[in-house]
Amino acid sequence: MSISLLASIGGLTTVGLYLITARSLSRIILGFSLLGHAAVLSLLVAGGPPAAAPIAGGDAPIANPLPQALALTAIVISFGLTLFLLALAARQQALTGDDLVEDDLEDQRIAASSNEEDRSAAAST
Amino acid sequence: MTALLAITIIAPLLAATIGLGVRTRTAVRDAITIAGLAAAAGSAIALLVGVAQNGTVVVRVGGWNPELGIVLVADLFAALALPVALTIVLVVEIFAIGQRRTAWGANPELAGPLLGVLTAGVSLAFLTGDLFTLFVAFEMILVSSYVLLTHQGQRAQIRSGMTYVSMNLLASTLFLFGLAFVYAATGTVNIALLAERIPELSSGVRLGIGAWFFVVFGTKAAVFPLFSWLPDSYPTAPTTITAVFAGLLTKIGIYSMIRFHTLMGMDELGPIFLIVAGVTMIVGALGALAQSNVKRILSFHIVSQIGYMLMGLGLFSAAGTTGAILFLIHHMPVKTVLFLVGGLIENDQGTSSLERSGGLASRRPLIAALFAVPAMSLAGLPPFSGFVAKFAVISAGIEAASTPIVVAALLAGALTLLSMTKIWLGVFWGPQNEDVTPVPTAVGNRRTMQFATGLAVAGTLTISVFAGTLFDLSQEAAENLRTPTNYIEEVQS
Repeated sequence: MSISLLASIGGLTTVGLYLITARSLSRIILGFSLLGHAAVLSLLVAGGPPAAAPIAGGDAPIANPLPQALALTAIVISFGLTLFLLALAARQQALTGDDLVEDDLEDQRIAASSNEEDRSAAAST
Repeated sequence: MTALLAITIIAPLLAATIGLGVRTRTAVRDAITIAGLAAAAGSAIALLVGVAQNGTVVVRVGGWNPELGIVLVADLFAALALPVALTIVLVVEIFAIGQRRTAWGANPELAGPLLGVLTAGVSLAFLTGDLFTLFVAFEMILVSSYVLLTHQGQRAQIRSGMTYVSMNLLASTLFLFGLAFVYAATGTVNIALLAERIPELSSGVRLGIGAWFFVVFGTKAAVFPLFSWLPDSYPTAPTTITAVFAGLLTKIGIYSMIRFHTLMGMDELGPIFLIVAGVTMIVGALGALAQSNVKRILSFHIVSQIGYMLMGLGLFSAAGTTGAILFLIHHMPVKTVLFLVGGLIENDQGTSSLERSGGLASRRPLIAALFAVPAMSLAGLPPFSGFVAKFAVISAGIEAASTPIVVAALLAGALTLLSMTKIWLGVFWGPQNEDVTPVPTAVGNRRTMQFATGLAVAGTLTISVFAGTLFDLSQEAAENLRTPTNYIEEVQS
């Protein structure tokens, strides 16, 4: 198991997780791209040591092709999703002028009304 | 028999593809969508009959060895859940055809075909025999749900869509990491082979994998504390979309959990499951009480009810798993119907806010009746299906002598009844609100919507009529899951 691969997975995961905690959707998208790379690299690591291309009939030991097939599928899916998120960010930009993730409006309303109740209860005592 | 498995996946997908091609020709597109969904639902029912009589059906796609290729497995558990789910989608599509000419309807050119893709994903998720295909099925479901949720591009939808997509994408990425861990530990992603190899791993690795997948499936299923995306996003979508999401999406998470954690024998995780289940029930029910909009109340109840299924699973006993399966089957149609009734209410008074409605029972007694049956079922009153399901789960809890979780379940049941009463008082009783602005709807369309809702209510009643048979089947399905040797042999032979 290669240390450099493991270190890359660790680094990508750290930066990716940091980015997806941001409020701005463009940072979240970058974060998901990095996390996706980390996940694909861990699939590769899971496939065992590097070896020759997996073509039937050769003498040399071949690399395990299954995780590579899984990784390929995962890459294609993450391509599509990144595009969708970008479209979402563009739409938010068109509607509000920025791409920040907003709070749940209904929750804010309930929180505000419960604060009001607290205040009026305090005033009456 | 093997063809039936393929039809449940291919028919909706094919209908979606053709439907997108002819999306501007309303009648043709609708006919194709309905035909695709009906073919899938019909095959699923035939499959259930076949599996109940002759046992598990296994298909090796492309004839590959299960270690390398994709296998589809219709065991009793999958065969029980599949017809319920596919019938729901069919009913909702009929409702959507009635609703579309109103301002509340989804864009029919996209919604019909995308519903087909989602349905194919649901069938694949139920039938798949390997974890990676489960990941792909999740992505099929989620990608179509992302588009369905946001395709109208309104501000509230984009706002909640951002949270919804980010949360689910994070869960999917964690799923991918989990697949890498599982492959590194066992050298396979086939569920039958995993059921053989995972119990042989050291307990640290085994429970680590179990806990990791609990987080992955738990996010999809919206368990505490990973549920906050759900009540925020579901109410913003058009009613028909919300109804399908509410009935199916979180249930796929629970389904995967029941399959994975029971087959892999993760009994040691039981106490954690039970704690999470108890908190999920109570928090969901309390959250619902605080809301003042029909769709938001119902969304919080999805969270609360997930707790019951998790409780059945977390008991890791034959009775508990039976209860969880029965609850899953009861919950899917009931939740969908309630959202469809929410759609009827919205249509009739232009809002689903409790404060701005009232007196609907005298004006529209049919809607009131259509609401009352599933609401009482959700609260678990006899003789409705909810009572049977809750009774099975709670008696399993008593059998296992887990007092705290039983108390939590009873308390959450009372709170559910309370918030259903709140909807009843707010919407159906009291004086009629003066400034009601009904959504203009043609009589024919309203009849179609009411017909679809009535059909779904009849479906939930059928479940309570056949409760005995369903209980026996669930018991058998639970036994099969708890003794994985049958499953392993069927897939490998």
